[in-house]
Amino acid sequence: MIKPKYKLFFLTFLLIASYLRPLQSAEMIDPIKVDWSFKGLTGTFDRAALQRGFQVYKEVCASCHSMQYLSYRNLGQPGGPEFSEQEVKAIAASFEIEDGPDAQGEMFTRPGRPADKFKNPYPNVQAATAANGGAYPPDMSVLVKARKGGANYIYSVLVGYEDPPPGVNLDDGVYYNKYMVGNKIKMPNNLSDGLVEYSDGTESTVDQMAKDVTTFLAWAAEPELEERHKTGVKVIIYLILLTILVYLSMKKIWSRIDTEV
Amino acid sequence: MSDQEYTPKSKAGKWFNDRLPLLTLGAHLTDYPTPKNLNYWWTFGGILTFCLITQIVTGIVLAMHYVAHADLAFASVEHIMRDVNYGWLIRYIHSNGASMFFLAVYIHIFRSLFYGSYKSPREVIWIIGLMIYLLMMAAAFMGYVLPWGQMSFWGATVITNLFSAIPLVGDSITTWLWGAYSVDNPTLNRFFSLHYLIPFLILGLVVLHIWALHVPGNNNPVGIDIEKPSKDTVPFHPYITIKDAFALLVFMIIFAGFVFFTPNVLGHSDNYIPANPLVTPAHIVPEWYLLPFYAILRSVPDKLGGVILMFSAIFILFVLPWLDTSKVRSAVFRPIYRQFFWILVIDVLMLGYVGAMPAEGIYLVLARVGTIYYFLHFIVVMPVVGYLEKTEPIPMSISEPVLSGGADPSIARKVNDKA
Repeated sequence: MIKPKYKLFFLTFLLIASYLRPLQSAEMIDPIKVDWSFKGLTGTFDRAALQRGFQVYKEVCASCHSMQYLSYRNLGQPGGPEFSEQEVKAIAASFEIEDGPDAQGEMFTRPGRPADKFKNPYPNVQAATAANGGAYPPDMSVLVKARKGGANYIYSVLVGYEDPPPGVNLDDGVYYNKYMVGNKIKMPNNLSDGLVEYSDGTESTVDQMAKDVTTFLAWAAEPELEERHKTGVKVIIYLILLTILVYLSMKKIWSRIDTEV
Repeated sequence: MSDQEYTPKSKAGKWFNDRLPLLTLGAHLTDYPTPKNLNYWWTFGGILTFCLITQIVTGIVLAMHYVAHADLAFASVEHIMRDVNYGWLIRYIHSNGASMFFLAVYIHIFRSLFYGSYKSPREVIWIIGLMIYLLMMAAAFMGYVLPWGQMSFWGATVITNLFSAIPLVGDSITTWLWGAYSVDNPTLNRFFSLHYLIPFLILGLVVLHIWALHVPGNNNPVGIDIEKPSKDTVPFHPYITIKDAFALLVFMIIFAGFVFFTPNVLGHSDNYIPANPLVTPAHIVPEWYLLPFYAILRSVPDKLGGVILMFSAIFILFVLPWLDTSKVRSAVFRPIYRQFFWILVIDVLMLGYVGAMPAEGIYLVLARVGTIYYFLHFIVVMPVVGYLEKTEPIPMSISEPVLSGGADPSIARKVNDKA
């Protein structure tokens, strides 16, 4: 007697939900859906895309955006871009990192080490804001998790620059973006075809660079993703097997009495 | 509280048991006569105990790495996610565990509402349960503040500001709660302290909850009193333990699905933006499990009125055993109440839905209708239906599912009174 009631309340709920759907957030269009390799239950990152994405980040984004929660050593970790140890050391050493104070109380700079955090382009948030026309370029460590729509949204914004439609006036240093919330963005369109030279010979179109750097950012936000997916599959298989065993045991135990379980 | 005398077999056991009867307690818990017709809705008590223990264990580990400081909290959470061994797993279990805890508690509460488990002689179990629920909400709210993201900060601001609605002393109370003139580092610090304290208070109340349960024994889907032990009961172990274990494992599969494959789907993306007192998010929404109350709060144009109504929505549940006038416990035999029960379920789901939407237009209308109906259900429907309803025939015992003869609740009443 309960089952039809379930149907009733789910149907009612769905009806209400579907009726209300179109009313919400009319000002934002849905981001482009990309078939990312890291989606799904067994999704993994494309190693080459991560390495290319890091190159785009380093050569284009890093001049304004920090990634303060990442260390250079992360670039060599399993599940990430997986640069070799030598490559990670070389990447780290290419940055001058401030350290100190030394025995004389002076700050000094030295070549970076794998244990160092990614170098910030600006000394503090205020400096970053002032240098970018009053808009702070957000830290990109967890950016993919911090935006509704995630990787699809980040990618869409990167390729979503357009001329403003008639009637939309933009101030100096403000750009029109189809996918940005509110359509106005202070980051100029920094990607153009052939901007970076990929060492693996991939053609650096805007679309390719946008996808690569978004993949890199998705990894940066969830460096545990591959391990999480792998462990998750094992855990669930284990739990299902155990559930079956416990179910059979339960049936056996309850067969001693006349009640169904 | 023991049902029969228990004597340990070994000499040492007897010596110890004479001084502290833990073995008697163990024997009581093992033999505890449980109605044999409990369905799977009754497995959520065990599931909730599992949830509490999981939250405490993962929480203790997280606290070893977390830093309760406004400048460091966000970074320390990222440190847990990136640098602590399996830190991501522990944190995701803890954050999704809160949601699973509430999912289970809502099923547990609605099970009680359907089968009349709150009614005499189980009022005290019900009231202790509600106290646990209140503490859970406090713990969950404070826990959500700890990562010090945008939703943490603004959620804390909205909720603590509710107290400023109290006439005369409201502002002073709010300042006292904050330990500052806005939500700031002292607020975060005390929330961490309380967030660590509350689960242990809950644990203590859970012990009382189970103790109070073991006095009259479990209610059951038929809702009649049964003799214990009898052919209507089974010993808790192994019958109920194995059944609870099976249900728990199914629950854990769903839990693991969230943790490993969509760990952030129940959270809000804004909470991965560090707290910024200068930037207000477009929509401040609490976690999903608080949304129905948030909808009630926002449905009232007056701040104080909204706060009173929101708290009333919870406190009205405390007097529920006395608002329900029906002599029959289980809704299985209450054809009218049964309909209203499902309307209430839909009403609460709808309130949760509109709680997540902006408080304007159709949402505001729905929130108001939902709020009014919520209170009508408890204040009008429950007492009136209890009086007027003609209930269906009630079996004399679990083993005889249908009472022979016509519908006469008074027979069942006699059975109820006898026990």
